[in-house]
Amino acid sequence: MSSREIDRIEGSALPLRGNNIDTDRIIPARFLKAITFDGLGDHVFEDDRAARSDHPFSNPLYQQARIILANDNFGSGSSREHAPQALNRWGIDACVGESFSEIFRGNSLAIGLPCVTVSPDDMGRLMDLVEHTPDTVLALSLLDRSLTVDGQRISIGVDDSVRGAFLAGTWDATGLLLDDFDVVRGVAARLPYVRGF
Amino acid sequence: MGKTLLKKVWDLHTVRPLSTGQTQLFIGLHLIHEVTTPQAFDMLRARGAGVAFPDRTFGTTDHIIPTLDQARPFKDMLAEAMLSALERNCSEYDIPLWNLDSEHQGIVHVIGPELGLTQPGMTIACGDSHTSTHGALGAVAFGIGTSQVRDVLASQSLAFDPLKVRRIEVNGTLGDGVFAKDVILEIIHRLGVQGGVGHAYEYGGTAVDRMSIDERLTMCNMSIEGGARVGYVNPDQITFDYLRGRRFAPKDDAFDRAVSWWRSIASDADADYDDVVELAAAEIEPRVTWGINPGQSVGVSERIPVRGAAGANGAVAEALEFMGLTGGAPIKGTKVDVAFVGSCTNSRLSDLREAARIAKGQQVASHVTALVVPGSQAVRAAAEREGLDQVFREAGFEWRGAGCSMCLAMNPDRLEGNQLCASSSNRNFKGRQGSPTGRTLLMSPAMVAAAALAGEVADVRDAL
Repeated sequence: MSSREIDRIEGSALPLRGNNIDTDRIIPARFLKAITFDGLGDHVFEDDRAARSDHPFSNPLYQQARIILANDNFGSGSSREHAPQALNRWGIDACVGESFSEIFRGNSLAIGLPCVTVSPDDMGRLMDLVEHTPDTVLALSLLDRSLTVDGQRISIGVDDSVRGAFLAGTWDATGLLLDDFDVVRGVAARLPYVRGF
Repeated sequence: MGKTLLKKVWDLHTVRPLSTGQTQLFIGLHLIHEVTTPQAFDMLRARGAGVAFPDRTFGTTDHIIPTLDQARPFKDMLAEAMLSALERNCSEYDIPLWNLDSEHQGIVHVIGPELGLTQPGMTIACGDSHTSTHGALGAVAFGIGTSQVRDVLASQSLAFDPLKVRRIEVNGTLGDGVFAKDVILEIIHRLGVQGGVGHAYEYGGTAVDRMSIDERLTMCNMSIEGGARVGYVNPDQITFDYLRGRRFAPKDDAFDRAVSWWRSIASDADADYDDVVELAAAEIEPRVTWGINPGQSVGVSERIPVRGAAGANGAVAEALEFMGLTGGAPIKGTKVDVAFVGSCTNSRLSDLREAARIAKGQQVASHVTALVVPGSQAVRAAAEREGLDQVFREAGFEWRGAGCSMCLAMNPDRLEGNQLCASSSNRNFKGRQGSPTGRTLLMSPAMVAAAALAGEVADVRDAL
């Protein structure tokens, strides 16, 4: 089983300023009380939005955004996949940040949501630009490792393995992991604790 | 050059390098609970896949469990639906489930070690970031998301990027009233909440060598709060003594053979580390967080940082504003409304003993709601055999059933309004304890007990 190949994501962006924005803020724990991911998009940043009427996710100017712009350590904390699921179901198809927490990045990969990095200087300029002109179109290319804005090309950071998985359509790993299941069985059979010592 | 435990375990569990550059690793133990698995089982069914190794998968229920009225169906129908889904899925795929009626039920990271399921040299995965806890026994344990839970169910394996290993040496002797919780809060404060990204943290040094497994569990538990993917302690005699006789530990001769294998997977004396950080145990104070991430802590005798302070792990102004605290004020004396002893970080028998030692013969301040939530039914029973429940009740603490409770408030236990909670849990994020404006001060269980009695942040060392 293979998944959709992902290279280019083009659209307007939503600037979300602040470091260490954790997954409890992206989707508070009370919305994890469900047996599906349905409807999570309606509750993205619910408490932050209630605390701040001008929150970017509430701002009419950003309602069409496909790309989130974040600062440092975005998605830290809980391993809840509900966080990237909520962002994705709201309409976000890619995250550009100064850095990401590893579990968040891995969960995002697993649902086909690329997380790529740019330098703090570039992020500062991008956020200023998008706040000034919210309908600015950003074009992310994983193949070219670039983000193009107003004709200017910005280099992005993305791990080879992650980039490869999106380009090859193997970000949904189940098929890949089951490709050679006899080898999995073989590794298990050699482990002392599986054999019972 | 010798090898680290991480490298040895990694190599032993490698299925194959993947075309993406990642490595497929066999997962030796998969722990599941009600919150992050229902969608994984649905995806599995939709794809017509089965559970590859049901005998290496174990379930319990913890996050949504009410700690007072546990009658089924739960009053909260959403919680009831989640537990019902777990029951249905475990039954359909022949996965053992320790449900509410089992003496083995409890927080997944408490019961794994307690039952001897968690063993040195294993790879472990669970849909919960605090899976790093299990590294205390020398396992390599990954917190994962729901799609990865699906993948482990289907293939008993996962794809990973390589990790660096940082050795964190804590040498010397901890002062009285200073615990593993204080050490890990100090480490996260010093290295930052993202200092560990891309790393495994290996904890060692003479202070860690002397720590009990419970203390090592607390240390490894919060590795993720420092950004590390996993945390571990090399297995030693303390580990082996802990495991002997536990339900899923090897028995008789097999145990002796296991011990020699467990010894062999510990890091070599000349192991090659990506870097080494050293801390002096004697310099560590009881610590308290003042902000909105676990790196934002101070020693209990210190002052809350002022706006713009360097090295404070993130924006001070935003944190102070949310917390309603004053930069430059002493943390000691901060009034608390709620006191919570519990969570996968600090809800084991030794944690309850330390809190009870402080609470014994004292009274919780009249304005404070205090609760003690044991991490498992086994911890609860053991504590009751020692009379700890009586100590807590007499002091004015509520004594509850086992579960995650007010650490993340997916059950009825939660903060109201902007209450301030002295908490032995692991996260002080905005709104973490169930009220969007609720506030959390992280500290050790003994410090929580001291705060409950004083009605404000107190130095537990004054009570010893």
